[in-house]
Amino acid sequence: MDMDARPRAARDPALLRRLLRAKDRMDAASHEDWPVQRLARVSDVSAAHFARSFKDAFGVPPHRYLLTRRIERATALLRDTDLPILDIALQTGWNSLGTFGRTFRDITGESPGALRAREQAAPRSPAPVPGCYLSAAHRPDLTIAVSEKRRLQPGGDNGAPIEELP
Amino acid sequence: MSQGVGVVGLYVRDQDEALKFYVEKLGFRVHTDARNGDYRWLTVQHPEQPSFQLGLFVPQPPTVDAATAQDLRAIVAKGGMPPLVLIVDDCRASYEQMRGRGVEFTQEPTDRYGTVDAGFRDPSGNGWKMIQARQG
Repeated sequence: MDMDARPRAARDPALLRRLLRAKDRMDAASHEDWPVQRLARVSDVSAAHFARSFKDAFGVPPHRYLLTRRIERATALLRDTDLPILDIALQTGWNSLGTFGRTFRDITGESPGALRAREQAAPRSPAPVPGCYLSAAHRPDLTIAVSEKRRLQPGGDNGAPIEELP
Repeated sequence: MSQGVGVVGLYVRDQDEALKFYVEKLGFRVHTDARNGDYRWLTVQHPEQPSFQLGLFVPQPPTVDAATAQDLRAIVAKGGMPPLVLIVDDCRASYEQMRGRGVEFTQEPTDRYGTVDAGFRDPSGNGWKMIQARQG
């Protein structure tokens, strides 16, 4: 009898290695669209099994992982460049400033403009850490869905119907 | 130098595969390849770094129990092992050369902080950052 409660897929090294390839591809081009079919092809698994296998392996669904990568990149660009926020939104994979701003606020708790002002006002010393590792260390830890996070904010449901007590 | 770190080991899924990768694709040399029953002590060395050996080990009983070995193989395959950094003189040239040999790159050469870095993985999933030495 198999006493290990984890799904078998989560322990198959060959499958995990292929799922890692899909994660790497999102890392390398997080501004691109990554529909499940495309990711599944990279990992050589069926689209039906991909999302579940990815979540079992890495703890978050693939689209949510992609969001954290986009926010990580946007944060770095806000901090390290003077690019207009619209340009940053488009460069990091959003189609509109509105969606970018809302998602950014939902995940990080502040608006892109506020983060930029705060980061650029803070004194900085060059970190002796390879940039990519430093950046990954500050990646938002998105353990719940953005919609869920939004719902949990007091009054922060962004237009979703408000439940009224009878 | 007579004191210092001599060997740091990586976990790999298959030692033959890892040996081929580090020797044929990365240009390392075999330092020690010794077998004792099922156990194989395998280390490789960068040609310009004779005082340091990179160990290529398989997680297996009796060094670790069977369940732990399975967990470790999964962690390696998921890219969960710590960062590795290879220093090169010319990141773009090394990238072209290694890519030509079939190395799986995860990041193309990128200018960053006055130097250039790229990323690749070994067949097992260990992630390397390849950083160009600063001129100076």
